[in-house]
Amino acid sequence: MTSAAQTAGPSADLTMKEKGALVERLFSLLSLLALFIPLVLLAVLFGDALRDALPRLDWNFLTGYPSRRPASAGILPALVGSAYLMLLTALMAIPLGVGAAIYLEEYARPNRLTQLIEINISNLAGVPSIIYGLLGLELFVRGFGLGRSLIAGAATLALLLLPMVIMASREALRTVPLSLREAGYALGADQWEVIRRVVLPMCLPGILTGIILSVARAIGETAPLITIGALTYVAFLPDSLKSPFTALPIQIFNWVSRPQAGFHVNASAGIVVLLALMLLLNGLAIFLRIRLQRRTS
Amino acid sequence: MRRGFQPLERELHGARHPFERVIGAVLLVCGLLSIGTTIGIVGVLLFETAAFFRSVPISSFLGDSQWTPLFEDKHFGIWPLVAGTFLTTVIALAVAVPFGLLAAIYLSEIATMRARRILKPILEVLAGVPTVVYGYFALSFVTPLLQRVVPGLAGFNALSPGIVMGIMILPVIASLSEDAIFAVPASFREGAYALGGGKLPTIFRVVLPSAFSGIAAAVILGISRAVGETMIVAIAAGQQPRLTLDPRVPIETMTAYIVQVSLGDTPTGTIEYQTIFAVGTALFTMTLLLNLASFRLRQRVLKGGTH
Repeated sequence: MTSAAQTAGPSADLTMKEKGALVERLFSLLSLLALFIPLVLLAVLFGDALRDALPRLDWNFLTGYPSRRPASAGILPALVGSAYLMLLTALMAIPLGVGAAIYLEEYARPNRLTQLIEINISNLAGVPSIIYGLLGLELFVRGFGLGRSLIAGAATLALLLLPMVIMASREALRTVPLSLREAGYALGADQWEVIRRVVLPMCLPGILTGIILSVARAIGETAPLITIGALTYVAFLPDSLKSPFTALPIQIFNWVSRPQAGFHVNASAGIVVLLALMLLLNGLAIFLRIRLQRRTS
Repeated sequence: MRRGFQPLERELHGARHPFERVIGAVLLVCGLLSIGTTIGIVGVLLFETAAFFRSVPISSFLGDSQWTPLFEDKHFGIWPLVAGTFLTTVIALAVAVPFGLLAAIYLSEIATMRARRILKPILEVLAGVPTVVYGYFALSFVTPLLQRVVPGLAGFNALSPGIVMGIMILPVIASLSEDAIFAVPASFREGAYALGGGKLPTIFRVVLPSAFSGIAAAVILGISRAVGETMIVAIAAGQQPRLTLDPRVPIETMTAYIVQVSLGDTPTGTIEYQTIFAVGTALFTMTLLLNLASFRLRQRVLKGGTH
């Protein structure tokens, strides 16, 4: 970046130049502050939550059931519910999302239909998550008669994730050079053989990174699950796909909305667990990305 | 889409193996699911909203100034919810636009390339924090803090969740504005410098005006996010639909109302059940229009970007 002295021009009068340089410095400082204040604020808030949470974070908290007494309440049903949700959501969103991405990148011809699909995907990415909740409520919970179950929640989250998975997978597919595909065809392979044995193995880490980031996002989603009617007080573990369930963010929401201070401590402990899970998933994604970069460079 | 080599490839393989065609069809179905989802959303919203308007005249939905579907004396005027959404959105923007724009200017015009590469993903962290966590922060940290400075601030209010929401949407505005500012050709800046313009005049009179469409697109997308944001306001803004622009009192947004009704066990077919879809339709229409406007502006930037 050019410095103030270079840009002010030689003819500028000295005091003007100094004044300009000062204003410029102040502005740089101001814009730097604009960048850091929110980050510092967030760090302070995290620190505060962590401090509140520490006394509460023990084995009993992780393996306990909800309770009317804040000090003996735990998050096991919420943790198990979130794990099942993540698994089921991924099982639905990954094949559908990667399939759609392969279609758009490898098979689709540039016609009206393809254009329509692309417009739809970018629009869906901007729909508020609570609207997906309304769709899930009417379609899965009532329409398909799945009730307020794990599978209805996972299906709703899968629809919410699809645009993200599709976009990330398409970007990964685009990184595979055309020449590799052509080499495959030259060896007499079919299109699907080329995709399955050349393209997909090449971009798998990229696709995985995108999927993990999307799933990390999904475990923090609260609004659509509340809308489809996830329970806020669950004293049992889900035992089937049609079992009622709760999830970590729902449990946190439940605790936050109670007036007693003890439950707010529980909420902060739940938040620490939720953020730790997300951090773990994001770390995994970064690790995969670094491995990918090393292999392709 | 890969243009060019595909037709030849299809001629060679597609016809020979029916299996190829089956795979293609299966993948097409995956792609069509996105159209299905859109149709599903619009269909569900319209179906229930139509049922709602069979029992509530549209004139009272748009003409009444009270929203009390859960009370004995039912009123169905959407405006208190719209006012709540408007108020929190404006407060969020008041935080996110100046901070986001300054951050964008810092990243693209002042920071070194290396600092930019490191700082940009860190800023994105702000957008990745689950909204229920932000809601907790708003209710248990920001509100008590603000109560010391703002007289008459209630425990539930629009101010605190609005500010926190601003922090959440800041990366959206910063990141997209930064892209727009970064895309302003270097020749523009060099021209301004050659005319004797300092750094600040160059930024404010040349770079920012050139990036205006992109920045506007970023701000509109930020508005859309704020309008659709749910958990922060559901937790910290209260659940009292109120036609007011006072940021100190409890209010309710459209999204928070949907949450409030969903928390109770409302039977299908009742008017209470239908209200959340009517409110959902209003919400969906607003965000769709905002997203389309933002998309159009970004397209214009892309077209105009070939200097």
